[in-house]
Amino acid sequence: MAISRRKFLGSLGVAIGATTSGALSKAYGASNKHFKGHPDSFGVLHDTTKCIGCRKCEQACNEVNALDKPDRPFDDLEVLDQKRRTGESIYTVVNKFEGNNFAKKQCNHCQEPACASACFVKALTKDKSGAVVYDESLCVGCRYCMVACPFNVPAYTYNDPLTPKVTKCTMCLPRLKEGKLPGCVDICPKEALTFGKREDLLKIAWKRIYKRPEHYVDHVYGEHEMGGTNWLYISSVPFEQIGMREDLGVTPAPAMTAGALGTVPIVVGLWPVLLTGVYAISKRKEKIALQEKQVAVQDATDTATQKMNAQLKKLRETMTKEKEIAVLNEVKKALEEAAKEAQEAKAARSETADTDANAVDDTVDDAGNKEE
Amino acid sequence: MAQEQTIAQKQYLTPFNVVAGMIIIVGLVLTILRFTKGIGAVTNLDNNNPWGLWIGFDLLCGVSLAAGGYVTSSACYIFGLKKYHSAVRPAILTAFLGYALVVFALNYDVGRPWKLPYPIFYSQGTSSLLFEVGLCVFLYLTVLFVEFTPAAFEWLGFRKIRNWVLRLTLVLTIFGVVLSTLHQSSLGALFLIAPSKLHPLWYSGYLHVYFFISSMFAGMSMVIFEGTLAHRWLHDKMDDTHLAEANGVVLGFGKAASFIMMGYFGIKIIGIAVDNNWHYLTTGLGLWFFVELIVFVLFPAILYSVGSREKKTLLIRIAAVWTILGIILNRLNVSLIAFNWHLPSADRYFPSFMEIGTTIFIITLGVVAYKFVVTRMPILYEHPEYKEDH
Amino acid sequence: MEFFTLHDFMTYSKGITYLVMGAILIFMPLYWIYLTDRDD
Repeated sequence: MAISRRKFLGSLGVAIGATTSGALSKAYGASNKHFKGHPDSFGVLHDTTKCIGCRKCEQACNEVNALDKPDRPFDDLEVLDQKRRTGESIYTVVNKFEGNNFAKKQCNHCQEPACASACFVKALTKDKSGAVVYDESLCVGCRYCMVACPFNVPAYTYNDPLTPKVTKCTMCLPRLKEGKLPGCVDICPKEALTFGKREDLLKIAWKRIYKRPEHYVDHVYGEHEMGGTNWLYISSVPFEQIGMREDLGVTPAPAMTAGALGTVPIVVGLWPVLLTGVYAISKRKEKIALQEKQVAVQDATDTATQKMNAQLKKLRETMTKEKEIAVLNEVKKALEEAAKEAQEAKAARSETADTDANAVDDTVDDAGNKEE
Repeated sequence: MAQEQTIAQKQYLTPFNVVAGMIIIVGLVLTILRFTKGIGAVTNLDNNNPWGLWIGFDLLCGVSLAAGGYVTSSACYIFGLKKYHSAVRPAILTAFLGYALVVFALNYDVGRPWKLPYPIFYSQGTSSLLFEVGLCVFLYLTVLFVEFTPAAFEWLGFRKIRNWVLRLTLVLTIFGVVLSTLHQSSLGALFLIAPSKLHPLWYSGYLHVYFFISSMFAGMSMVIFEGTLAHRWLHDKMDDTHLAEANGVVLGFGKAASFIMMGYFGIKIIGIAVDNNWHYLTTGLGLWFFVELIVFVLFPAILYSVGSREKKTLLIRIAAVWTILGIILNRLNVSLIAFNWHLPSADRYFPSFMEIGTTIFIITLGVVAYKFVVTRMPILYEHPEYKEDH
Repeated sequence: MEFFTLHDFMTYSKGITYLVMGAILIFMPLYWIYLTDRDD
């Protein structure tokens, strides 16, 4: 069912025409947005039941992308005994599983790529062709895309000191632009890989399952996983058994971070309001406390002054009283003394008359003694 | 003359300087290796484990342990707890150095460090939480630098510009809290994009809330711990105000940390209940989760409470160290230990000696820078000429 | 603007939101100053 080149070119033309004319229908309303991915984007359907593990796709990928030659040649099928993942110069690997099942692994070109959502410099983007493309010139090398990728696909050239980069399948976008098929699809001898529009591939996949329900598991891997991928898989055994995780869920990567990202602007919007409010309250409390303190001090001072004044008054009163008493006493005393003196003087006057003669004699004697 | 030289030599050859010097020499060798042979030559990172110790410890732990800056400055300037004033400058300095070293360490980890300004100035990947982290760390580093400058200006004697910067204190503090809230939480939210890789007990829709709340008590514990070290080694640099307020800071932060940790414990349990992850608790990693939550959150919270009730600062200081270890454990669990938990053990990551060496080198740079600043600028004491105004 | 993926939509809308956030951070302190400059 591989799409012929002419058919492919025709559909590419339609896709480009549709984009340029802008005649695309609006797929979502104003709110509760739902995104269906780029219309007419391409993908690859991998029918794992047809894969024989010949490693031709690995070789073609290596040549098309001009990657380093591996240590062991591509026709060495013993390599398949080990579980491998994509690496610095390996964009795709085929792994062998129990029951002689094979599955090819490469970038799944998610409809909502986790890597692109994680990239903080837009080095990874979802092209309208369906390919997830990487721009080395922007990449800082934080490797968050590798953390984010649920399929563990991107690799990093850790040993390059100056120009390390992320490496992964490009869906052969340069070849697509030349009107060629991706290298792996082109070479596959068993038609295990089908290139085409994703929407068409989904129909093909389900038709195969519908026609041979005993042969296929009733699931198209990639239809909904992580919001859908442009590479789709059908298998005869549960996907878990051919190394594909079935616990990834259907939530697209950007939706998983949307909640946390959504709180960011609200924090910016409300934190200054709340914090300034708290500041104003604490400032006001401080002011009130200061005023209360001043009032308290004033009160204390007033009471103290009053008390002191009262005391002073009392003291003054007491003092005045005492003074008056003292004065009275003094006056009394003085009067008494005066009276006494007057009495004494009276008595003395009567005495003086008797003793005057004696007094003269005494004085003479005294003078005579002094001369001796 | 000869005597003076020997004295000078003696001062340079202190045990601290010798050890620090040796670590820095090793660090420089590792730096040369990193930038000539590539990341692959010095680290155990591989395609399954793109983030290692340099992100798990240097970035995640570095940022959360530098949270003391926003916690202390907001307590003092926004919530009006003036008794923490003497703790603000050391906390700001630690935060500034912490963030500066986080950015410095990132230069080792990313592939092309000279492009680090790209996300901010050239090509903004606004859908990424890492963009949010990068922008906030860049802005917050700037804020912390400005908040730190008054100490440097006092040291240099630039009174006018110092007073001008001080007038921005409130705005800078609020900016600091906004930016810290955002990037502390976003560091946790980085892992929201990888539910298939992080163990369900650690993966939660509340991951960003957990990171933010735990950064608060991480910051407080760091302030207490750093104060303990400073008291031991830099006692002579402290003025009476600092010494008098130090115990109050320890008791107050211990009490606050204890309460926040209890709240954190509660929301961690809520996280398990919301996602119905109870059955994981009986597995091996479930036990490990218990260790993190009970031994390194609940226990230090109780230790803090006893310390602050009994007014025993020694207990609080022990609880602070314990809490810091718990924060480190939590960040390493999220980024390394519980990350890629489904991978076979052969594909798991363990840091190389050179990675650990580089991390130790960067921590040493921080300690040396702290010592350099504290012994010269008015951090642990108030500049006598500027005492009257605050 | 036509968006086909949630990722493109978020990149665009968050870009605008970041500009709004920057404006808010500048405007709010100025508004606070205007609001309180007649307080004693």
